[in-house]
Amino acid sequence: MKILVTVKRVPDPNASIKVKPDGTGIITDNLKYVVNPFDEIAIEEALRLKEKSGGAEVVLVSVGSKTAQEQLRTGLAMGADRAILVVAEQELDSLAVARIFHKLVQDEKADLVLLGKQAIDDDANQTGQMLAALLGWPQATFASKTDSLESEAEKSGTPGIQISGGAAKVVREVDGGLETLELPVPAVITVDLRLNVPRYASLPGIMKARKKELKELAIDSLGVDVKPKLKILRLDPPPKRQAGRKVGSVQELVQALHNEAKVI
Amino acid sequence: MGNVLVFAEHQHNKLIKPTLVGVTAGLEAAKKNGGDCFAVVLGSGVDAVAAEVAECGVKKVFVVDDAALAKYTADAHAAALAQVVKDKGIETLVATATAVGKDLLPRVAALLGAGMAGEVIGFNDGGTMSRPMYAGNAIATVSIEGSPKVVSVRSTAFDPAAKGGAKAEVEKVTVGIDASSKVTKSVDFSETKSDRPVLTEANIVVSGGRALKSGENFKTVLEPLVDVMGAAMGASRAAVDAGFVPNDLQVGQTGKVVAPQLYIAVGISGAIQHLAGMKDSKIIVAINKDEEAPIFQVADYGLVADLFKAVPEMTDEVKKLK
Ligand SMILES: Cc1cc2nc3c(=O)[nH]c(=O)nc-3n(C[C@H](O)[C@H](O)[C@H](O)COP(=O)(O)OP(=O)(O)OC[C@H]3O[C@@H](n4cnc5c(N)ncnc54)[C@H](O)[C@@H]3O)c2cc1C
Ligand SMILES: Nc1ncnc2c1ncn2[C@@H]1O[C@H](COP(=O)(O)O)[C@@H](O)[C@H]1O
Repeated sequence: MKILVTVKRVPDPNASIKVKPDGTGIITDNLKYVVNPFDEIAIEEALRLKEKSGGAEVVLVSVGSKTAQEQLRTGLAMGADRAILVVAEQELDSLAVARIFHKLVQDEKADLVLLGKQAIDDDANQTGQMLAALLGWPQATFASKTDSLESEAEKSGTPGIQISGGAAKVVREVDGGLETLELPVPAVITVDLRLNVPRYASLPGIMKARKKELKELAIDSLGVDVKPKLKILRLDPPPKRQAGRKVGSVQELVQALHNEAKVI
Repeated sequence: MGNVLVFAEHQHNKLIKPTLVGVTAGLEAAKKNGGDCFAVVLGSGVDAVAAEVAECGVKKVFVVDDAALAKYTADAHAAALAQVVKDKGIETLVATATAVGKDLLPRVAALLGAGMAGEVIGFNDGGTMSRPMYAGNAIATVSIEGSPKVVSVRSTAFDPAAKGGAKAEVEKVTVGIDASSKVTKSVDFSETKSDRPVLTEANIVVSGGRALKSGENFKTVLEPLVDVMGAAMGASRAAVDAGFVPNDLQVGQTGKVVAPQLYIAVGISGAIQHLAGMKDSKIIVAINKDEEAPIFQVADYGLVADLFKAVPEMTDEVKKLK
């Protein structure tokens, strides 16, 4: 089985993001970048599936600037086998990225693609679903599991996604509960926060990662239409919420909600 | 002519409130584009749903009644929806960004080769739209090139459309859903059972964070307050990850987005990812023992206190009002 995992370079979720005064983007000075947190979970899941099956290959793919090498190396250090970086400096939308992945999945003859449910920069939550449509494959989004992140199953590194007999069984987080889907493989699965707790890269893992293959492809070499249909015209800071006041006691709070705000 | 089609989601053949939000957004988009707003209902035995949608101000309701659509799966629904968009010459497809909307719309967009904007919060003059990015740290003005266009809208950003208007025409349409487009099976649904209001629809939301320390404390400390206020219960990611409460109570960037009249954050620090899901609430109350907690920067009323003392006290005070 060959598993493709997508890895996006995104600003650290703990960083404070500010919009540039001219609205052309965010201020990137001194900004730290990380693997999109959902993609870390996808990498972890792929590694668990590999460990369980004994015979899978885990290939990381990313689209973006050359600096995304750093994030791919992190994934390789976690234990992935090799990586492909499609070097692109231009703006892309989810559809363009999905088309690139479509091409890579075909070239690599992958059986399973794992993506994060959402990139924490654009918050689009689209790429996996689009890729599934382009491939004509079934999809399971927001993969989670029934055991908690503190369960024994989690501690022993059991994959939450079950694959056997050419089918995947996926528990997913939806409105009002957890749904279980069965879908034939090949398939596209996007992962949610509670699927697993990703491992850290070990020191030997980091050493090994340096020697693993990281192939770079020029975006133009793929023969894919990457003209974005969704255009970002400008960014503005969100309306600021005024901090209110501190109240001295529970009584004062309840009175204020009742008499002043009139919400209870 | 920029005609708009609203995907009218239902659950077990019952219309859900987020769909009415989608209708409002669709009507607004149609007005800005100078076109008409239609709706489409997919399912099996959905005449009643269609009739309800027909009273919400849309021009016409299309119904695809097909056994293959009886249960929602992305593959069959996307194939059917893309076909309706093509057959009816739709320019803009709109749905609310519920779990189904998020699962379905990008798939439809790719089938149509269309650009998509997700979680849109406003339609502007000149055809542009606004949507949050970076956990709400930036509001992007975006445009979609070409036609059709696909748009999901944030459920808190538009008021639900009023029902009970003049009945629009309901038209049955058939789309050939070939069996190969439906291979996914939904085999189980474990519902989070609750008698409380739905989190995304409640007027009051009381959310608990890591500080609650256990599921047991959610029950014994927080729930009495939730119930005396007739509120829905929410939680931070930390509380959900720790297994104190079910997943679908998570409020935030990657959970539910809520904007109730009153949001009470109990023992929640106020990380940007949490704020992304609640900072449009009308009144925000924070109860936290750390006076430096970032949640106080967005709170209308802040109480610096130990929640294990303050929450039971508050429950009693609210009871007195009743
Ligand atoms: C990719 C990503 C996505 C995320 N998505 C979300 C999301 O959707 N929603 C979300 O909520 N988070 C999300 N997070 C997590 C977020 O960054 C925070 O870690 C999380 O919100 C913290 O939860 P908390 O406030 O309950 O816990 P903490 O940050 O630990 O805060 C606990 C608070 O309780 C207070 N406290 C402690 N004891 C008491 C007491 N006895 N009485 C009163 N106050 C007390 C403390 O002062 C503290 O402020 C996400 C993170 C990432 C990386
Ligand atoms: N440029 C990219 N490079 C690598 N992965 C990406 C890229 N864009 C999107 N993805 C993947 O698609 C998922 C969903 O992203 P999005 O649809 O942008 O929210 C992310 O978690 C990534 O795994």
